[in-house]
Amino acid sequence: MSDLTKLTAAELAASLASGEVSSVEATEAHLERIRAVDGDVHAFLHVNDAAIDVARGIDERRGAGEQLPELAGVPLAIKDVLVTTDMPSTSGSKILEGYMSPYDATVVQKAREAGLVALGKTNMDEFAMGSSTEHSAYGPTRNPWDLDRIPGGSGGGSAAAVAAFEAPLALGSDTGGSIRQPAHVTGTVGVKPTYGAVSRYGSIALASSLDQIGPVARTVLDAGLLHDVIGGHDPHDATSLAHDWPSFAAAAREGATGEVLKGLRVGVVRELTGTGFQASVEESFRASVALLEAHGAEVVEISAPHFEYATAAYYLILPAEASSNLAKFDSVRFGMRVEVPGGTVEDVMSATRDAGFGPEVKRRIILGTYALSAGYYDAYYGSAQKVRTLIQRDFADAFDKVDVIATPSAPTTAFRLGEKLDDPLAMYANDLATIPANLAGVPGISVPSGLASDDGLPVGIQFLAPAYEDARLYRVSAALEALLVDEWGAPLLDRAPVLNGEAR
Amino acid sequence: MAATLMDFDAALEKYEPVIGLEVHVELNTRTKMFSAAGNPANEEFHGAEPNTLIAPVDLGLPGSMPVVNREAVVSSISLGLALGCSIAPSSRFARKNYFYPDLGKNYQISQYDEPIAFEGSVEVELADGTRFDIPIERAHMEEDAGKLTHVGGSAGRIQGASSSLVDYNRAGVPLVEIVTKPIFGAEHRAPELAKAYLGTIRDIARSLGISEARMERGNVRCDANVSLRPRGSETLGTRTETKNVNSMRSVERAVRYEIRRQAAILEQGGTITQETRHWHEDTGETSPGRPKSDADDYRYFPEPDLLPVAPSAELIEELRAKLPEAPAAKRRRLKQEWGFTDLEFQDVANGGLTDAVEQTVAAGATPAAARKWWTGEITRIANADSREPADLVSPAHVAELQQLVDAGTLTDKLARQVLEGVIAGEGSPQEVVDARGLAVVSDDGALIAAIDEALAAQPDVLEKIRGGKVQAAGAIIGAVMKAMKGQADAARVRELILERAQS
Amino acid sequence: MSDITPDLVRHLGVLARIQLSDEEVTSLTGELDAIVASIAQVSEVATSDVPATSHPIPLENVFREDIPGDMLTTDEALRNAPDSDGTRFRVTAILGEEQ
Ligand SMILES: [Mg+2]
Ligand SMILES: [Zn+2]
Repeated sequence: MSDLTKLTAAELAASLASGEVSSVEATEAHLERIRAVDGDVHAFLHVNDAAIDVARGIDERRGAGEQLPELAGVPLAIKDVLVTTDMPSTSGSKILEGYMSPYDATVVQKAREAGLVALGKTNMDEFAMGSSTEHSAYGPTRNPWDLDRIPGGSGGGSAAAVAAFEAPLALGSDTGGSIRQPAHVTGTVGVKPTYGAVSRYGSIALASSLDQIGPVARTVLDAGLLHDVIGGHDPHDATSLAHDWPSFAAAAREGATGEVLKGLRVGVVRELTGTGFQASVEESFRASVALLEAHGAEVVEISAPHFEYATAAYYLILPAEASSNLAKFDSVRFGMRVEVPGGTVEDVMSATRDAGFGPEVKRRIILGTYALSAGYYDAYYGSAQKVRTLIQRDFADAFDKVDVIATPSAPTTAFRLGEKLDDPLAMYANDLATIPANLAGVPGISVPSGLASDDGLPVGIQFLAPAYEDARLYRVSAALEALLVDEWGAPLLDRAPVLNGEAR
Repeated sequence: MAATLMDFDAALEKYEPVIGLEVHVELNTRTKMFSAAGNPANEEFHGAEPNTLIAPVDLGLPGSMPVVNREAVVSSISLGLALGCSIAPSSRFARKNYFYPDLGKNYQISQYDEPIAFEGSVEVELADGTRFDIPIERAHMEEDAGKLTHVGGSAGRIQGASSSLVDYNRAGVPLVEIVTKPIFGAEHRAPELAKAYLGTIRDIARSLGISEARMERGNVRCDANVSLRPRGSETLGTRTETKNVNSMRSVERAVRYEIRRQAAILEQGGTITQETRHWHEDTGETSPGRPKSDADDYRYFPEPDLLPVAPSAELIEELRAKLPEAPAAKRRRLKQEWGFTDLEFQDVANGGLTDAVEQTVAAGATPAAARKWWTGEITRIANADSREPADLVSPAHVAELQQLVDAGTLTDKLARQVLEGVIAGEGSPQEVVDARGLAVVSDDGALIAAIDEALAAQPDVLEKIRGGKVQAAGAIIGAVMKAMKGQADAARVRELILERAQS
Repeated sequence: MSDITPDLVRHLGVLARIQLSDEEVTSLTGELDAIVASIAQVSEVATSDVPATSHPIPLENVFREDIPGDMLTTDEALRNAPDSDGTRFRVTAILGEEQ
């Protein structure tokens, strides 16, 4: 039998549907892979003891002739930002060590209802604050392409799990690029849907007006299949959109034919080229854009004059909202408590939050508290909300002229662990290409565009579309993916180094 | 340590009091403001065990999110309209950030710069009929906090407690906070006006049916701002905010106390500290609240998990059309219809008994009889049990009880026993009369037998009556009533005694 | 230059209920100073004619019907509690001795 972990989710789903493979076999193969490589990669914080039982249940239902959803029996990794009733949910923080949620996040519930088998919870920067997963309280995740390098963040665990064939699919959350930037550095596919397209209920909030849950996969089609499962309106999330979404898997299948590229207007942002980008990243990006053009797309240079303020606005809005969202971690109802002999409850809260939060979390809470404080609100938080309006206008102007915008997903390939840990500003600069989408609420995807000519590490290209036009992203990126895989002769991840002596 | 106080009238001579009132009204929707957990401020869920009316968002559990209760918004709009306010075409929620153990998320979802209702006016009538228009600044929606119980200190006080227990049932109960503008010109009637205003807000909430509006349960709570300024001064003095004065009597006392306390300080050349103060029901004093280091910096920002509330003009007009008669107008009308004196009417109104009396009159009783029952016996029993008079007995039963008295079936004394039976759940007044056999003995034969027996036993009294000393009959009446176990009409007994004595 | 001082950082720590050590105050003061300097540029373009955007996708009037549901049991509510009396969460004294 071929290695089940190498199958895409779509292929695995087909094998499961035909009865060629059982979910127990598929799940066991992935658990075995986790046992083999996760000591090196450290993508998982928790592996689900009950995964095989769940898989057996799916097999039994299928065996009894029940008509199951397409992904039933396919294993799934879940970012630890999502609460689960059967596994601890820590959001990568010590302050929530061992926390057991009495309810499932809506996306987790939907995944379970679709028959996906939860393999475990993946590592992340603490409370999703970071771009390298080095800020996890439980130690960093490593990039399967080079174990000395970061897997991106905050969702480094989900991206690495998928890149290392520990899971065919994973769930992520993207506040400023936490799905797309890890996809970029690990040679995988990550989608940040339109704000409100996927429920945030049960996602441990970082910045409520920016957070969005999305799929992490190895192919565009797989991402679409998972998006179809988790998307849609949720009455538990007031910001959830009541919209009739098309099938994203269908969009990906349609896009793979390449027809979509004929006459497609692709915008390239003048302000997102040149300085700040690694030459080989830009080179890979240009090559992909040229490939699109060669297949009928029209490339249009557009201007987004306010994108240069996006990172600044983001680092005001995010800390402000986070400082409030993270106030609930106070030692009263759940989570860590540090006793202070003779102290008041205020002392206990302050000592607990000092001991329970890592340096990056404290940094952002203090920054956010500052940005919201009396006398500073207008200059900082208030101004950042205005920049948000200007960025939305930039997008509106751009989408008058083009169907999608293309950018490199991030300025550099995976950097070395520790390289930027002591330089918050350098770390924050990683998200400059991904942040505008979060501020404006528009959808974005990162798909592999190749390996960098200088360091041989993966590079991703990002596509952005107007709000509600997520399907367009699937069509366009599936088309590019098909062209590139054709050019490469095999998926990019086939070129990833062997982990732990396993045969490829 | 008791503060020095200045004589109230002397204080008023030198200083003009300016008051401002913030009243929180708990809405009686079935569920909470932002979650589908049962609302303990609704009768359906009242008195639930601790931490049993809890949804994830009420505990601030990781990943939880608020969703606005439509009914709470509708109630808030109705209340805003009843306060004469404009309803904002678009209003939004904001987070008020501060740490306190009764606050599950460590922020309160409230409204800040865009409240749902603003700029209104409420007519308030004092006991003597003087009317004031109280200017309303705003009314906004927000959520209540949980309840703390302090352990290890004296009398459940926070001072000296070693630990506190938190019940989050009340966390998330929908509140409307009504804020007045500074109220000028009340002068020596400021305390009385504060009391009357609180009663009016309670009556409005009750007449709208949007709140149980029970002050003793904390459904309506008041914070009183008081400042003084020297006569002739144009600038406002420094104010204090006395928190949680939760009865009409208390708010009157607290405002009076603060006027006297502040006047004494100003008299001695001191300055008033701007602070929150606590009201102590037992001593009738206020004391400084805990200085909160972060109270001045709530870091408000728009609640990103919730969206603007933009009621349509149609909805607003529909709700406006459904508004009941304003309590002040209704009181004037009823007072005239019922022919009560000022004092009699205040008794009814302050007891929150206007509706009960009105319904009892509608059920056939005279206004005087209805008033007598509700402000008398029923209120006495309710107070003894810390219950609401209206919960004890229905207006229809009170009217029926009075009809039995008027028909001579019951004496007043018997009627009180029947009332007890009705309150105990033994049925309608007639059913209690039948079951307990409490009707007046109207069979003259039985009465005559008892009278003859009593007269025979007390021949000296018989002599006196025959000698024209009619008042001596009292002793015989007493004996007969005793023999009849009270179930006789004393007037009829008297008639019969006089007849028998002459025969 | 921004106005981040050690005293301000300490005050922010009190507001945010984080007991910062002296070393943390020192390092945060420097870091925040640099971060604030780099993000203060937002005010350059945030002129008074630009409206603020608080929600990326504009919606309004999203309500829930007033129907009870979704309640936790007391056990579920207390399951993760650091301390409780079995029905209520327990916290240490709210006021210090001097109060
Ligand atoms: Mg420390
Ligand atoms: Zn309030």
